[in-house]
Amino acid sequence: MKRRLRDLPPALAMLVPSMALLGVWTVYPLVKAIRTGHLDCNLTATKCRDVGWDRYVDVFTSRQFQDALMVSVKLALMTVPAGLLLGLGLAMLADKHLRGIGFFRTAFASTVATSVAVASLVWFVLLQPEIGVLSDLFSGWIPALKNPGLLRDPDTALPAIAVSSVWAGLGFTFIVISAGLQSVPKELYESALVDGAGSWRRFTNVTLPMVSPSLMFITVVLTTRALQTYGEVALLTQGGPNPERPTTTIPYLIYGEESLIRNNLGLKSAAAVLLFLICLVFALLQFRMFDKRVQYSR
Amino acid sequence: MQQVATVRLDHITKRFGEGADEVTAVDDVTLEIDDHEFMILLGPSGCGKSTLLRMVAGLEDPTAGDVYIGDRRVNDVEPKQRDVAMVFQSYALYPHKTVQRNIEFPLKVRGVNKADRAAEARQAAEVLGLVDYMRRKPGQLSGGQRQRVALARAIVRRPAVFLMDEPLSNLDAKLRGDTRAELVDLHRRLDSTFLYVTHDQVEAMTMGSRVAVINKGRLEQLGPPQEVYDRPASTFVAQFIGTPPMNLLPDGLMGGSGVRVGIRPEHMQLSVSGRLEATVRQVEHLGHEVLLLTESAAGIRLVARVAPHIDLPVVDQQVRFDVADIHVHRFDTASGVRLP
Repeated sequence: MKRRLRDLPPALAMLVPSMALLGVWTVYPLVKAIRTGHLDCNLTATKCRDVGWDRYVDVFTSRQFQDALMVSVKLALMTVPAGLLLGLGLAMLADKHLRGIGFFRTAFASTVATSVAVASLVWFVLLQPEIGVLSDLFSGWIPALKNPGLLRDPDTALPAIAVSSVWAGLGFTFIVISAGLQSVPKELYESALVDGAGSWRRFTNVTLPMVSPSLMFITVVLTTRALQTYGEVALLTQGGPNPERPTTTIPYLIYGEESLIRNNLGLKSAAAVLLFLICLVFALLQFRMFDKRVQYSR
Repeated sequence: MQQVATVRLDHITKRFGEGADEVTAVDDVTLEIDDHEFMILLGPSGCGKSTLLRMVAGLEDPTAGDVYIGDRRVNDVEPKQRDVAMVFQSYALYPHKTVQRNIEFPLKVRGVNKADRAAEARQAAEVLGLVDYMRRKPGQLSGGQRQRVALARAIVRRPAVFLMDEPLSNLDAKLRGDTRAELVDLHRRLDSTFLYVTHDQVEAMTMGSRVAVINKGRLEQLGPPQEVYDRPASTFVAQFIGTPPMNLLPDGLMGGSGVRVGIRPEHMQLSVSGRLEATVRQVEHLGHEVLLLTESAAGIRLVARVAPHIDLPVVDQQVRFDVADIHVHRFDTASGVRLP
């Protein structure tokens, strides 16, 4: 007991830096946002009145928020499975001991070093209907590439953003799953091989269960990321094309220049708090869902 | 009626790597394992014994030479079609499957229906005393129990040949002793061919019907354990088998020029008129026997194993040893090969 007391001051001293950072950048803004969500202010926020907790219900049930929520969920449904499958596929390819595989490993992982802004600009240029390479190459199969352009067509704008988003996230997914694959004991594959398992059975009986912790982690991260997608939208479509606004995600509704609520601090804060809660609920649901199936121990 | 399960290795060579990195793991080994035999591959780590086993399993392809199982050349046959089962040093159990599912796995892969699978798995589990653990996962079992699950998974298929890669090396000494006896018993009951890799000479001496001693990728000696012990074919075998190892005298001492003489510690007899003189450096009491660690004036270390009840010399005392001629082993100095 005495010993614990004596250890307390240095322990606190060591906690101070991270507590301070967490407090200033996370806890304080969250509390402030929750408070601001109650307020109804004039344009310059010089006069505000408290409208209470009902504001959150109003925002959540509003058409704009519901639409944006649908967009965010759709984006998650497009990007998470695709990101998982591609990441797993690339990681399995790179796990083979082939000549020159180091080059491909580096290439697959390279998007980690690419910011969302850069990735979005690359895709913006690629998809540009007049000068984009993709439009030139593939407009024979997909006419929308040329006219009006994937990002300008309300039906294809969100899938196009999803492609850019999956590509930007692929490096991270690849690295995490690769690490998972490398920790699978080689004897498990050999044993399955001698026992007569073909490649599909080895995949379902060894690979999948052994990398399931990585897959779960990736699923949670990708889902949260998809729900928080802002950069791609801001750079590629500004939430448009209008008037349908098929790419206005919740974060774009909150921060976006072209957002319908861009001038209302109270509404934006309430929407941000709601987004936080939605991410939390998704993550908790996923943890609950996976926990029984994921194989942690050896 | 079980198929004939001889395993024949015909001039097998295995090299890894290329160019300057090339390593010869197995060097021209020819070996025939009889039907129903318990054959031990014995050697120090890195000698190529596991590589040999893996080539029989089909996990490695020989660089040269042929592998036969029964009358069939299996070089190009997939592991699953070789009718072999392998027990790995790490057991290689599926951590996410229960014991039952682990044992059933080879049958499931072969499309055996559920009821038959369960019955076969239960039978295998009974043989190995695992019936009470069928619903557990490997993480909830002790090392010895996991080892049994790995064995059960191997026997459930009734393969022609069992391949075992140091299956006891992860067990503690007591358990290893017990399991040794059980494996011998299992071999008798299954009446199959066993090919068993180990670096443990005690396992080699106690379990095998024959021992193949391997060193640096080459087969040094093949024979029943006692014969390998009594008449080691080379200085390597002489020193690898036996604890403490055989005393090897320098060239010329007690033999002619170009000859090295070897004497097992138990054949070193204390004698006032003995031919070998040495000073006692240490006396180790092991209960049932005593080891005298001595050193001659020329710096040659000699170990003698003597009965505990005799009048023992003390440290720093000068002693003389004699040895009966039939217990003198003679080896060619240059090649290390046994001389007649």
